[in-house]
Amino acid sequence: MTEKGISRSFIKQKDKYGWLFISLALILLGVLLFYPIVYSLYLSTMSSKGIVQKFVGFGNYVKLFQDSMFILALKNTLTFFLIQVPIMLFLALILANILNDKTIKYRGIFRTAFFLPAVTSLIAYTILFKMMFSLDGFINGVLLNVHIINSPIPWLLDPFWAKVTLIIGLTWRWTGYNMIFYLSALQNIPEEIYEAAKIDGANKVKQFFYITIPLLKPLILFTAVMSTIGTLQLFDEPMNLSQGGVTSATTGPGNSLLTLSVYVYNLCFKYMPSFGYAATVSYAIVLIVALLSITQFKIMGDKK
Amino acid sequence: MKKHYSINRILVYVFLVFMFIVSVFPFYWMVAGMTNNAVDVIKGKMTFGNQILSNITTLFATYNMVRILLNSLKVTGFTVLGILIVSSMAAYGFQIYSSPAREKVYGFIILFMMVPPIALMIPLFRLIVKMHLLNTHSGLVLTSIASATVFIIFFLRQSFKAFPYEIIQAARVDGAGEFRIFFSIFIPSMKSSYAAAAIYSFMASWNAYLWPLIILQTDKQKTITLMISSMSSAYFPEWGVIMTAIVIATLPTIIVFFGFQKYFVQGMLGSSLKQ
Repeated sequence: MTEKGISRSFIKQKDKYGWLFISLALILLGVLLFYPIVYSLYLSTMSSKGIVQKFVGFGNYVKLFQDSMFILALKNTLTFFLIQVPIMLFLALILANILNDKTIKYRGIFRTAFFLPAVTSLIAYTILFKMMFSLDGFINGVLLNVHIINSPIPWLLDPFWAKVTLIIGLTWRWTGYNMIFYLSALQNIPEEIYEAAKIDGANKVKQFFYITIPLLKPLILFTAVMSTIGTLQLFDEPMNLSQGGVTSATTGPGNSLLTLSVYVYNLCFKYMPSFGYAATVSYAIVLIVALLSITQFKIMGDKK
Repeated sequence: MKKHYSINRILVYVFLVFMFIVSVFPFYWMVAGMTNNAVDVIKGKMTFGNQILSNITTLFATYNMVRILLNSLKVTGFTVLGILIVSSMAAYGFQIYSSPAREKVYGFIILFMMVPPIALMIPLFRLIVKMHLLNTHSGLVLTSIASATVFIIFFLRQSFKAFPYEIIQAARVDGAGEFRIFFSIFIPSMKSSYAAAAIYSFMASWNAYLWPLIILQTDKQKTITLMISSMSSAYFPEWGVIMTAIVIATLPTIIVFFGFQKYFVQGMLGSSLKQ
Protein backbone atom coordinates (compact mmCIF):
# COMPACT_ATOMS: atom_id res chain seq x y z
CA MET A 1 0.00 0.00 0.00
CA THR A 2 2.60 2.51 1.09
CA GLU A 3 4.92 1.39 -1.65
CA LYS A 4 2.25 2.10 -4.19
CA GLY A 5 1.76 5.57 -2.70
CA ILE A 6 5.46 6.32 -2.96
CA SER A 7 5.69 5.24 -6.56
CA ARG A 8 2.60 7.27 -7.47
CA SER A 9 3.99 10.43 -5.94
CA PHE A 10 7.27 9.66 -7.62
CA ILE A 11 5.60 9.39 -11.02
CA LYS A 12 3.80 12.68 -10.38
CA GLN A 13 7.07 14.34 -9.42
CA LYS A 14 8.78 12.80 -12.41
CA ASP A 15 6.06 14.21 -14.62
CA LYS A 16 6.67 17.66 -13.19
CA TYR A 17 10.36 17.42 -14.07
CA GLY A 18 9.49 16.25 -17.56
CA TRP A 19 7.52 19.46 -18.18
CA LEU A 20 10.21 21.50 -16.49
CA PHE A 21 12.91 20.22 -18.84
CA ILE A 22 10.92 20.97 -21.97
CA SER A 23 9.44 24.26 -20.72
CA LEU A 24 12.22 26.49 -22.01
CA ALA A 25 11.89 25.08 -25.53
CA LEU A 26 8.09 25.28 -25.39
CA ILE A 27 8.11 28.97 -24.43
CA LEU A 28 10.71 29.81 -27.05
CA LEU A 29 9.06 27.87 -29.85
CA GLY A 30 5.63 29.11 -28.87
CA VAL A 31 6.66 32.74 -29.12
CA LEU A 32 9.15 32.56 -31.99
CA LEU A 33 7.72 29.80 -34.15
CA PHE A 34 4.11 28.92 -33.44
CA TYR A 35 2.81 32.44 -32.90
CA PRO A 36 4.53 33.85 -36.03
CA ILE A 37 3.14 31.09 -38.21
CA VAL A 38 -0.41 31.61 -37.00
CA TYR A 39 0.01 35.37 -37.22
CA SER A 40 1.30 34.94 -40.76
CA LEU A 41 -1.88 33.08 -41.71
CA TYR A 42 -3.88 36.02 -40.40
CA LEU A 43 -1.62 38.43 -42.30
CA SER A 44 -2.13 36.52 -45.51
CA THR A 45 -5.78 37.53 -45.46
CA MET A 46 -4.92 41.22 -45.20
CA SER A 47 -4.09 43.63 -47.94
CA SER A 48 -1.57 46.20 -46.88
CA LYS A 49 0.05 49.13 -48.54
CA GLY A 50 2.63 50.52 -46.16
CA ILE A 51 0.92 50.62 -42.80
CA VAL A 52 -2.70 50.68 -43.95
CA GLN A 53 -4.28 47.23 -43.61
CA LYS A 54 -7.55 45.88 -44.89
CA PHE A 55 -9.15 42.45 -44.62
CA VAL A 56 -9.44 40.76 -48.01
CA GLY A 57 -10.01 37.11 -47.07
CA PHE A 58 -8.82 34.86 -49.87
CA GLY A 59 -8.22 37.89 -52.07
CA ASN A 60 -4.44 37.58 -51.84
CA TYR A 61 -4.60 33.93 -52.80
CA VAL A 62 -6.62 34.79 -55.90
CA LYS A 63 -4.15 37.55 -56.70
CA LEU A 64 -1.34 34.96 -56.80
CA PHE A 65 -2.64 33.52 -60.07
CA GLN A 66 -2.73 36.89 -61.76
CA ASP A 67 0.65 38.01 -60.52
CA SER A 68 3.11 37.55 -63.39
CA MET A 69 6.10 38.06 -61.05
CA PHE A 70 4.90 35.27 -58.79
CA ILE A 71 4.36 32.98 -61.76
CA LEU A 72 7.84 33.78 -63.07
CA ALA A 73 9.37 33.08 -59.65
CA LEU A 74 7.43 29.84 -59.41
CA LYS A 75 8.56 28.77 -62.89
CA ASN A 76 12.19 29.60 -62.12
CA THR A 77 12.10 27.77 -58.80
CA LEU A 78 10.49 24.68 -60.31
CA THR A 79 13.05 24.70 -63.14
CA PHE A 80 15.89 24.62 -60.62
CA PHE A 81 14.12 21.89 -58.69
CA LEU A 82 13.33 19.67 -61.70
CA ILE A 83 16.76 19.93 -63.32
CA GLN A 84 19.20 20.41 -60.49
CA VAL A 85 17.94 17.92 -57.88
CA PRO A 86 17.95 14.82 -60.14
CA ILE A 87 21.39 15.65 -61.60
CA MET A 88 22.86 16.18 -58.17
CA LEU A 89 21.34 13.10 -56.53
CA PHE A 90 22.32 10.87 -59.42
CA LEU A 91 25.88 12.17 -59.38
CA ALA A 92 26.01 11.69 -55.61
CA LEU A 93 24.82 8.11 -55.98
CA ILE A 94 27.46 7.34 -58.60
CA LEU A 95 30.23 8.85 -56.49
CA ALA A 96 29.08 6.99 -53.38
CA ASN A 97 28.91 3.79 -55.35
CA ILE A 98 32.45 4.21 -56.67
CA LEU A 99 33.87 5.14 -53.27
CA ASN A 100 32.18 2.17 -51.65
CA ASP A 101 34.39 -0.12 -53.77
CA LYS A 102 37.15 -1.15 -51.40
CA THR A 103 39.63 -1.75 -54.21
CA ILE A 104 39.65 1.95 -55.15
CA LYS A 105 42.78 3.71 -53.92
CA TYR A 106 42.80 6.96 -51.91
CA ARG A 107 39.11 6.63 -51.07
CA GLY A 108 39.47 8.75 -47.94
CA ILE A 109 41.07 11.62 -49.84
CA PHE A 110 38.42 11.56 -52.55
CA ARG A 111 35.63 11.42 -49.98
CA THR A 112 36.99 14.39 -48.05
CA ALA A 113 37.55 16.38 -51.26
CA PHE A 114 34.03 15.75 -52.55
CA PHE A 115 32.55 16.77 -49.24
CA LEU A 116 34.67 19.90 -48.86
CA PRO A 117 32.34 22.22 -50.85
CA ALA A 118 29.62 21.58 -48.26
CA VAL A 119 31.76 23.33 -45.66
CA THR A 120 31.77 26.69 -47.43
CA SER A 121 29.17 29.32 -46.70
CA LEU A 122 26.58 29.84 -49.41
CA ILE A 123 27.68 33.45 -49.78
CA ALA A 124 31.37 32.58 -50.13
CA TYR A 125 30.89 29.99 -52.84
CA THR A 126 28.33 32.08 -54.69
CA ILE A 127 30.74 34.99 -54.92
CA LEU A 128 33.58 32.68 -55.98
CA PHE A 129 31.34 31.36 -58.75
CA LYS A 130 30.32 34.87 -59.74
CA MET A 131 34.00 35.69 -60.27
CA MET A 132 34.88 32.45 -62.04
CA PHE A 133 31.93 32.76 -64.41
CA SER A 134 32.44 36.39 -65.36
CA LEU A 135 32.58 37.15 -69.09
CA ASP A 136 36.37 37.33 -69.36
CA GLY A 137 36.82 35.17 -66.26
CA PHE A 138 38.43 31.88 -65.45
CA ILE A 139 35.85 29.44 -66.86
CA ASN A 140 35.57 31.15 -70.23
CA GLY A 141 39.36 31.41 -70.32
CA VAL A 142 39.78 27.67 -69.87
CA LEU A 143 37.02 26.78 -72.33
CA LEU A 144 38.48 29.12 -74.96
CA ASN A 145 41.97 27.74 -74.43
CA VAL A 146 40.95 24.14 -75.00
CA HIS A 147 38.78 25.24 -77.95
CA ILE A 148 35.50 23.91 -76.60
CA ILE A 149 33.99 27.29 -77.42
CA ASN A 150 34.94 30.01 -79.91
CA SER A 151 33.45 33.00 -78.16
CA PRO A 152 32.96 33.52 -74.44
CA ILE A 153 29.70 32.27 -72.93
CA PRO A 154 27.70 35.15 -71.35
CA TRP A 155 27.27 33.09 -68.14
CA LEU A 156 25.77 35.72 -65.90
CA LEU A 157 24.54 38.10 -68.58
CA ASP A 158 22.07 35.88 -70.36
CA PRO A 159 18.86 34.49 -68.75
CA PHE A 160 19.50 30.93 -69.92
CA TRP A 161 23.18 30.79 -68.97
CA ALA A 162 22.51 32.46 -65.63
CA LYS A 163 20.26 29.54 -64.75
CA VAL A 164 22.94 27.11 -65.92
CA THR A 165 25.51 28.86 -63.72
CA LEU A 166 23.27 28.60 -60.67
CA ILE A 167 22.61 24.92 -61.36
CA ILE A 168 26.36 24.23 -61.68
CA GLY A 169 26.98 26.10 -58.46
CA LEU A 170 24.28 24.26 -56.52
CA THR A 171 25.53 20.93 -57.80
CA TRP A 172 29.09 21.80 -56.78
CA ARG A 173 27.99 22.79 -53.28
CA TRP A 174 25.62 19.91 -52.45
CA THR A 175 26.67 16.76 -54.33
CA GLY A 176 29.29 15.67 -51.82
CA TYR A 177 26.92 16.45 -48.98
CA ASN A 178 24.36 14.01 -50.35
CA MET A 179 27.07 11.51 -51.21
CA ILE A 180 27.97 11.16 -47.53
CA PHE A 181 24.43 10.00 -46.72
CA TYR A 182 24.52 7.37 -49.47
CA LEU A 183 28.02 6.25 -48.59
CA SER A 184 27.13 5.60 -44.97
CA ALA A 185 24.09 3.59 -46.03
CA LEU A 186 26.03 1.63 -48.64
CA GLN A 187 28.45 0.50 -45.98
CA ASN A 188 25.55 -1.27 -44.31
CA ILE A 189 24.64 -3.30 -47.39
CA PRO A 190 26.16 -6.76 -46.99
CA GLU A 191 28.84 -7.57 -49.55
CA GLU A 192 27.23 -11.01 -50.14
CA ILE A 193 24.36 -9.45 -52.07
CA TYR A 194 26.80 -8.06 -54.62
CA GLU A 195 28.77 -11.33 -54.67
CA ALA A 196 25.59 -13.25 -55.46
CA ALA A 197 24.67 -10.79 -58.21
CA LYS A 198 28.13 -11.13 -59.71
CA ILE A 199 27.74 -14.91 -59.83
CA ASP A 200 24.39 -14.42 -61.54
CA GLY A 201 26.22 -12.40 -64.18
CA ALA A 202 25.18 -8.87 -63.26
CA ASN A 203 27.85 -6.32 -64.14
CA LYS A 204 28.60 -3.18 -62.14
CA VAL A 205 26.06 -1.06 -64.01
CA LYS A 206 23.31 -3.62 -63.47
CA GLN A 207 24.26 -3.98 -59.81
CA PHE A 208 23.98 -0.21 -59.46
CA PHE A 209 20.48 -0.01 -60.94
CA TYR A 210 19.03 -3.24 -59.56
CA ILE A 211 20.64 -3.49 -56.13
CA THR A 212 22.10 -0.21 -54.95
CA ILE A 213 19.29 2.13 -55.96
CA PRO A 214 16.41 -0.05 -54.67
CA LEU A 215 18.20 -0.65 -51.35
CA LEU A 216 18.93 3.05 -50.88
CA LYS A 217 15.38 4.05 -51.74
CA PRO A 218 14.40 5.33 -48.27
CA LEU A 219 17.54 7.43 -48.11
CA ILE A 220 17.12 8.72 -51.67
CA LEU A 221 13.63 9.77 -50.65
CA PHE A 222 15.02 11.52 -47.58
CA THR A 223 17.64 13.43 -49.58
CA ALA A 224 15.10 14.25 -52.29
CA VAL A 225 12.72 15.76 -49.76
CA MET A 226 15.56 17.69 -48.09
CA SER A 227 16.70 19.00 -51.48
CA THR A 228 13.14 19.96 -52.35
CA ILE A 229 12.82 22.03 -49.20
CA GLY A 230 16.24 23.54 -49.92
CA THR A 231 15.51 24.38 -53.55
CA LEU A 232 12.15 25.94 -52.76
CA GLN A 233 13.97 28.27 -50.39
CA LEU A 234 16.83 29.28 -52.68
CA PHE A 235 17.76 32.73 -51.53
CA ASP A 236 21.43 33.38 -50.82
CA GLU A 237 22.70 32.23 -54.21
CA PRO A 238 20.33 34.02 -56.63
CA MET A 239 20.60 37.17 -54.53
CA ASN A 240 24.39 37.22 -54.65
CA LEU A 241 24.86 36.01 -58.23
CA SER A 242 22.97 39.09 -59.41
CA GLN A 243 24.92 42.09 -60.49
CA GLY A 244 24.70 44.49 -57.58
CA GLY A 245 23.44 41.88 -55.10
CA VAL A 246 20.63 42.93 -52.78
CA THR A 247 20.39 46.38 -54.37
CA SER A 248 20.05 45.21 -57.97
CA ALA A 249 16.87 46.00 -59.88
CA THR A 250 16.40 42.45 -61.15
CA THR A 251 17.51 39.09 -59.77
CA GLY A 252 19.72 37.81 -62.56
CA PRO A 253 19.38 38.99 -66.16
CA GLY A 254 15.69 39.45 -66.96
CA ASN A 255 14.82 38.17 -63.46
CA SER A 256 15.96 34.71 -64.58
CA LEU A 257 17.16 33.95 -61.04
CA LEU A 258 14.11 35.32 -59.26
CA THR A 259 13.03 32.56 -56.88
CA LEU A 260 9.99 32.43 -54.64
CA SER A 261 12.02 33.24 -51.54
CA VAL A 262 13.69 36.21 -53.18
CA TYR A 263 10.26 37.39 -54.26
CA VAL A 264 9.00 37.22 -50.67
CA TYR A 265 12.01 39.26 -49.59
CA ASN A 266 11.41 41.81 -52.36
CA LEU A 267 7.77 42.17 -51.40
CA CYS A 268 8.74 43.00 -47.82
CA PHE A 269 11.94 44.92 -48.08
CA LYS A 270 12.48 46.19 -51.59
CA TYR A 271 9.18 47.45 -52.93
CA MET A 272 6.62 49.27 -50.83
CA PRO A 273 6.18 46.71 -48.03
CA SER A 274 3.10 44.57 -48.53
CA PHE A 275 3.44 42.11 -45.67
CA GLY A 276 0.00 40.62 -46.20
CA TYR A 277 0.64 39.54 -49.75
CA ALA A 278 4.19 38.42 -48.87
CA ALA A 279 2.71 36.18 -46.18
CA THR A 280 0.42 34.71 -48.83
CA VAL A 281 3.38 33.93 -51.08
CA SER A 282 5.23 32.27 -48.20
CA TYR A 283 2.18 30.15 -47.44
CA ALA A 284 2.16 29.17 -51.10
CA ILE A 285 5.80 28.02 -50.65
CA VAL A 286 4.86 25.92 -47.62
CA LEU A 287 2.03 24.40 -49.61
CA ILE A 288 4.25 23.61 -52.61
CA VAL A 289 6.90 22.03 -50.34
CA ALA A 290 4.21 19.86 -48.76
CA LEU A 291 2.74 18.87 -52.13
CA LEU A 292 6.11 18.00 -53.67
CA SER A 293 7.17 16.02 -50.60
CA ILE A 294 3.92 14.05 -50.57
CA THR A 295 4.31 13.34 -54.29
CA GLN A 296 7.83 12.06 -53.71
CA PHE A 297 6.64 9.85 -50.86
CA LYS A 298 3.89 8.50 -53.12
CA ILE A 299 6.19 7.79 -56.08
CA MET A 300 9.00 6.23 -54.09
CA GLY A 301 6.97 4.62 -51.34
CA ASP A 302 4.88 2.61 -53.81
CA LYS A 303 7.26 -0.24 -54.34
CA LYS A 304 8.26 -0.53 -50.70
CA MET B 1 39.16 -9.72 -70.38
CA LYS B 2 41.84 -8.45 -68.06
CA LYS B 3 42.51 -5.47 -70.31
CA HIS B 4 38.84 -4.55 -70.53
CA TYR B 5 38.71 -4.48 -66.75
CA SER B 6 41.65 -2.14 -66.45
CA ILE B 7 40.28 0.30 -69.03
CA ASN B 8 37.14 0.56 -66.92
CA ARG B 9 39.31 1.11 -63.91
CA ILE B 10 41.22 3.89 -65.64
CA LEU B 11 37.98 5.59 -66.66
CA VAL B 12 36.76 5.45 -63.07
CA TYR B 13 39.97 7.05 -61.86
CA VAL B 14 39.83 9.72 -64.57
CA PHE B 15 36.30 10.53 -63.44
CA LEU B 16 37.35 10.62 -59.77
CA VAL B 17 40.33 12.87 -60.49
CA PHE B 18 38.15 15.18 -62.58
CA MET B 19 35.62 15.46 -59.75
CA PHE B 20 38.46 15.96 -57.29
CA ILE B 21 39.77 18.92 -59.28
CA VAL B 22 36.29 20.40 -59.68
CA SER B 23 35.63 20.08 -55.93
CA VAL B 24 38.92 21.43 -54.70
CA PHE B 25 39.83 23.98 -57.36
CA PRO B 26 37.65 26.85 -56.03
CA PHE B 27 39.52 26.54 -52.72
CA TYR B 28 42.85 26.85 -54.46
CA TRP B 29 41.53 29.72 -56.55
CA MET B 30 40.28 31.52 -53.47
CA VAL B 31 43.72 31.38 -51.86
CA ALA B 32 45.44 32.39 -55.11
CA GLY B 33 42.96 35.25 -55.52
CA MET B 34 43.94 36.54 -52.12
CA THR B 35 47.38 37.31 -53.55
CA ASN B 36 46.20 39.05 -56.72
CA ASN B 37 44.65 42.40 -57.57
CA ALA B 38 41.04 42.92 -58.69
CA VAL B 39 41.75 42.84 -62.42
CA ASP B 40 43.79 39.63 -62.25
CA VAL B 41 41.14 37.88 -60.17
CA ILE B 42 38.29 38.70 -62.51
CA LYS B 43 40.45 37.72 -65.51
CA GLY B 44 40.92 34.31 -63.93
CA LYS B 45 44.63 34.45 -63.11
CA MET B 46 45.54 31.08 -61.62
CA THR B 47 48.99 31.71 -60.24
CA PHE B 48 49.99 33.42 -57.02
CA GLY B 49 50.70 37.15 -57.13
CA ASN B 50 52.29 39.55 -54.67
CA GLN B 51 49.26 41.54 -53.58
CA ILE B 52 48.53 39.65 -50.39
CA LEU B 53 49.80 42.31 -47.99
CA SER B 54 48.09 45.11 -49.87
CA ASN B 55 44.81 43.13 -49.91
CA ILE B 56 44.96 42.46 -46.19
CA THR B 57 45.87 46.06 -45.40
CA THR B 58 43.07 47.39 -47.59
CA LEU B 59 40.59 44.99 -46.01
CA PHE B 60 41.44 45.99 -42.45
CA ALA B 61 41.79 49.69 -43.30
CA THR B 62 38.57 50.06 -45.31
CA TYR B 63 36.32 47.86 -43.23
CA ASN B 64 36.19 47.49 -39.50
CA MET B 65 37.24 43.85 -39.80
CA VAL B 66 38.07 43.26 -36.16
CA ARG B 67 34.65 44.47 -35.07
CA ILE B 68 32.90 42.48 -37.82
CA LEU B 69 34.71 39.28 -36.90
CA LEU B 70 33.89 39.86 -33.23
CA ASN B 71 30.24 40.40 -34.19
CA SER B 72 30.16 37.10 -36.06
CA LEU B 73 31.91 35.33 -33.20
CA LYS B 74 29.57 36.78 -30.58
CA VAL B 75 26.39 35.99 -32.50
CA THR B 76 27.58 32.47 -33.36
CA GLY B 77 28.76 31.77 -29.81
CA PHE B 78 25.49 32.79 -28.15
CA THR B 79 23.42 31.05 -30.81
CA VAL B 80 25.26 27.75 -30.39
CA LEU B 81 25.09 27.99 -26.60
CA GLY B 82 21.41 28.86 -26.68
CA ILE B 83 20.52 26.06 -29.08
CA LEU B 84 22.45 23.51 -27.01
CA ILE B 85 20.85 24.51 -23.70
CA VAL B 86 17.28 24.77 -24.97
CA SER B 87 17.36 21.76 -27.29
CA SER B 88 19.26 19.34 -25.11
CA MET B 89 17.06 20.01 -22.10
CA ALA B 90 13.98 19.50 -24.24
CA ALA B 91 15.34 16.35 -25.88
CA TYR B 92 16.23 15.02 -22.42
CA GLY B 93 12.76 15.86 -21.11
CA PHE B 94 11.04 14.13 -24.01
CA GLN B 95 13.27 11.07 -23.96
CA ILE B 96 13.88 10.37 -20.26
CA TYR B 97 10.49 11.44 -18.88
CA SER B 98 8.43 10.10 -21.71
CA SER B 99 4.68 10.33 -21.19
CA PRO B 100 1.74 10.13 -23.62
CA ALA B 101 0.99 13.84 -23.21
CA ARG B 102 4.56 14.87 -23.94
CA GLU B 103 4.75 12.52 -26.92
CA LYS B 104 1.82 14.44 -28.40
CA VAL B 105 3.64 17.73 -27.83
CA TYR B 106 6.76 16.24 -29.41
CA GLY B 107 4.86 15.08 -32.48
CA PHE B 108 3.42 18.57 -32.85
CA ILE B 109 6.80 20.28 -32.49
CA ILE B 110 8.45 17.98 -35.03
CA LEU B 111 5.91 19.09 -37.64
CA PHE B 112 7.59 22.49 -37.60
CA MET B 113 10.70 20.95 -39.14
CA MET B 114 8.82 21.08 -42.44
CA VAL B 115 8.19 24.82 -42.22
CA PRO B 116 10.71 26.66 -44.39
CA PRO B 117 12.39 29.59 -42.60
CA ILE B 118 11.29 31.89 -45.40
CA ALA B 119 7.71 31.44 -44.19
CA LEU B 120 8.80 32.83 -40.83
CA MET B 121 10.54 35.82 -42.35
CA ILE B 122 7.66 38.29 -42.24
CA PRO B 123 5.93 37.47 -38.96
CA LEU B 124 9.17 36.95 -37.09
CA PHE B 125 10.59 40.18 -38.47
CA ARG B 126 7.53 42.06 -37.26
CA LEU B 127 7.76 40.37 -33.87
CA ILE B 128 11.40 41.40 -33.56
CA VAL B 129 10.42 44.97 -34.44
CA LYS B 130 7.71 44.92 -31.77
CA MET B 131 10.15 43.57 -29.21
CA HIS B 132 12.50 46.47 -30.06
CA LEU B 133 15.20 44.00 -31.02
CA LEU B 134 15.67 45.16 -34.61
CA ASN B 135 19.33 45.82 -35.41
CA THR B 136 20.48 44.07 -32.25
CA HIS B 137 22.53 40.95 -31.89
CA SER B 138 20.05 39.61 -29.32
CA GLY B 139 17.32 39.76 -31.96
CA LEU B 140 19.45 37.82 -34.40
CA VAL B 141 20.46 35.25 -31.78
CA LEU B 142 16.82 34.69 -30.80
CA THR B 143 15.66 34.14 -34.39
CA SER B 144 18.62 31.87 -35.12
CA ILE B 145 17.90 29.75 -32.07
CA ALA B 146 14.23 29.54 -32.98
CA SER B 147 14.86 28.43 -36.53
CA ALA B 148 17.34 25.66 -35.62
CA THR B 149 16.01 24.34 -32.31
CA VAL B 150 13.37 21.94 -33.63
CA PHE B 151 15.84 20.11 -35.81
CA ILE B 152 18.41 19.90 -33.00
CA ILE B 153 15.79 18.61 -30.53
CA PHE B 154 14.97 15.89 -33.05
CA PHE B 155 18.62 15.06 -33.64
CA LEU B 156 19.55 15.01 -29.95
CA ARG B 157 16.58 12.89 -28.97
CA GLN B 158 17.58 10.32 -31.57
CA SER B 159 21.05 10.07 -30.11
CA PHE B 160 19.88 10.26 -26.47
CA LYS B 161 18.00 7.01 -27.06
CA ALA B 162 21.30 5.19 -26.71
CA PHE B 163 21.75 6.39 -23.11
CA PRO B 164 21.11 3.57 -20.62
CA TYR B 165 18.16 4.51 -18.41
CA GLU B 166 19.50 2.34 -15.55
CA ILE B 167 22.23 4.87 -14.88
CA ILE B 168 19.60 7.50 -14.12
CA GLN B 169 17.68 5.06 -11.90
CA ALA B 170 20.86 4.20 -10.03
CA ALA B 171 21.67 7.87 -9.50
CA ARG B 172 18.15 8.46 -8.14
CA VAL B 173 18.58 5.62 -5.67
CA ASP B 174 21.80 7.30 -4.56
CA GLY B 175 19.74 10.41 -3.86
CA ALA B 176 20.88 12.67 -6.71
CA GLY B 177 18.42 15.39 -7.73
CA GLU B 178 16.91 15.37 -11.22
CA PHE B 179 18.83 18.42 -12.41
CA ARG B 180 22.06 17.16 -10.91
CA ILE B 181 21.64 13.91 -12.81
CA PHE B 182 21.20 15.88 -16.01
CA PHE B 183 24.09 18.27 -15.51
CA SER B 184 26.73 16.12 -13.83
CA ILE B 185 25.96 12.63 -15.09
CA PHE B 186 24.11 12.87 -18.36
CA ILE B 187 25.83 15.78 -20.14
CA PRO B 188 29.40 14.57 -19.51
CA SER B 189 28.62 11.14 -20.92
CA MET B 190 26.89 12.48 -24.04
CA LYS B 191 29.74 14.75 -25.11
CA SER B 192 29.88 13.47 -28.67
CA SER B 193 26.18 14.15 -29.29
CA TYR B 194 26.68 17.64 -27.94
CA ALA B 195 29.73 18.11 -30.15
CA ALA B 196 27.80 17.04 -33.25
CA ALA B 197 24.93 19.41 -32.43
CA ALA B 198 27.36 22.23 -31.65
CA ILE B 199 29.18 21.82 -34.96
CA TYR B 200 25.96 21.77 -36.91
CA SER B 201 24.72 24.92 -35.18
CA PHE B 202 28.09 26.60 -35.55
CA MET B 203 28.13 26.06 -39.32
CA ALA B 204 24.55 27.24 -39.72
CA SER B 205 25.06 30.35 -37.62
CA TRP B 206 28.50 31.39 -38.87
CA ASN B 207 27.38 31.09 -42.49
CA ALA B 208 23.89 32.56 -42.01
CA TYR B 209 22.78 35.23 -44.43
CA LEU B 210 18.99 35.66 -44.52
CA TRP B 211 18.37 36.55 -40.87
CA PRO B 212 21.40 38.82 -40.47
CA LEU B 213 20.38 40.59 -43.68
CA ILE B 214 16.91 41.29 -42.35
CA ILE B 215 17.71 42.05 -38.73
CA LEU B 216 21.09 43.78 -38.76
CA GLN B 217 20.89 47.08 -40.55
CA THR B 218 23.90 49.15 -39.60
CA ASP B 219 27.53 48.51 -40.47
CA LYS B 220 28.36 48.53 -36.79
CA GLN B 221 26.33 45.37 -36.21
CA LYS B 222 27.17 43.48 -39.41
CA THR B 223 28.55 39.95 -39.57
CA ILE B 224 31.23 38.68 -41.93
CA THR B 225 28.78 37.07 -44.39
CA LEU B 226 26.85 40.32 -44.72
CA MET B 227 30.04 42.23 -45.25
CA ILE B 228 31.28 39.91 -48.01
CA SER B 229 27.92 40.10 -49.73
CA SER B 230 27.84 43.89 -49.69
CA MET B 231 31.50 44.15 -50.78
CA SER B 232 30.75 42.09 -53.88
CA SER B 233 27.75 44.19 -54.83
CA ALA B 234 29.82 47.38 -54.90
CA TYR B 235 30.00 49.26 -58.18
CA PHE B 236 33.71 48.48 -58.58
CA PRO B 237 34.24 45.38 -56.47
CA GLU B 238 37.76 44.95 -55.10
CA TRP B 239 37.93 41.26 -55.99
CA GLY B 240 41.34 40.60 -54.44
CA VAL B 241 40.20 42.13 -51.16
CA ILE B 242 36.93 40.19 -51.34
CA MET B 243 38.89 36.96 -51.85
CA THR B 244 40.88 37.79 -48.73
CA ALA B 245 37.66 38.30 -46.77
CA ILE B 246 36.26 35.03 -48.11
CA VAL B 247 39.39 33.16 -47.03
CA ILE B 248 39.12 34.65 -43.54
CA ALA B 249 35.42 33.77 -43.33
CA THR B 250 35.95 30.22 -44.58
CA LEU B 251 38.97 29.41 -42.43
CA PRO B 252 37.07 28.74 -39.16
CA THR B 253 34.67 26.33 -40.87
CA ILE B 254 37.52 24.46 -42.56
CA ILE B 255 39.35 24.18 -39.24
CA VAL B 256 36.22 22.91 -37.48
CA PHE B 257 35.63 20.47 -40.33
CA PHE B 258 39.11 18.95 -40.30
CA GLY B 259 39.36 19.08 -36.51
CA PHE B 260 36.05 17.37 -35.83
CA GLN B 261 35.38 15.46 -39.04
CA LYS B 262 33.94 12.51 -37.14
CA TYR B 263 31.33 14.56 -35.24
CA PHE B 264 30.67 16.64 -38.32
CA VAL B 265 29.54 13.69 -40.38
CA GLN B 266 27.72 12.20 -37.41
CA GLY B 267 25.77 15.43 -36.96
CA MET B 268 24.77 15.36 -40.60
CA LEU B 269 23.77 11.74 -40.63
CA GLY B 270 21.82 12.19 -37.42
CA SER B 271 19.16 13.86 -39.47
CA SER B 272 18.57 10.72 -41.47
CA LEU B 273 18.59 8.30 -38.55
CA LYS B 274 14.84 7.96 -38.45
CA GLN B 275 14.52 5.78 -41.49
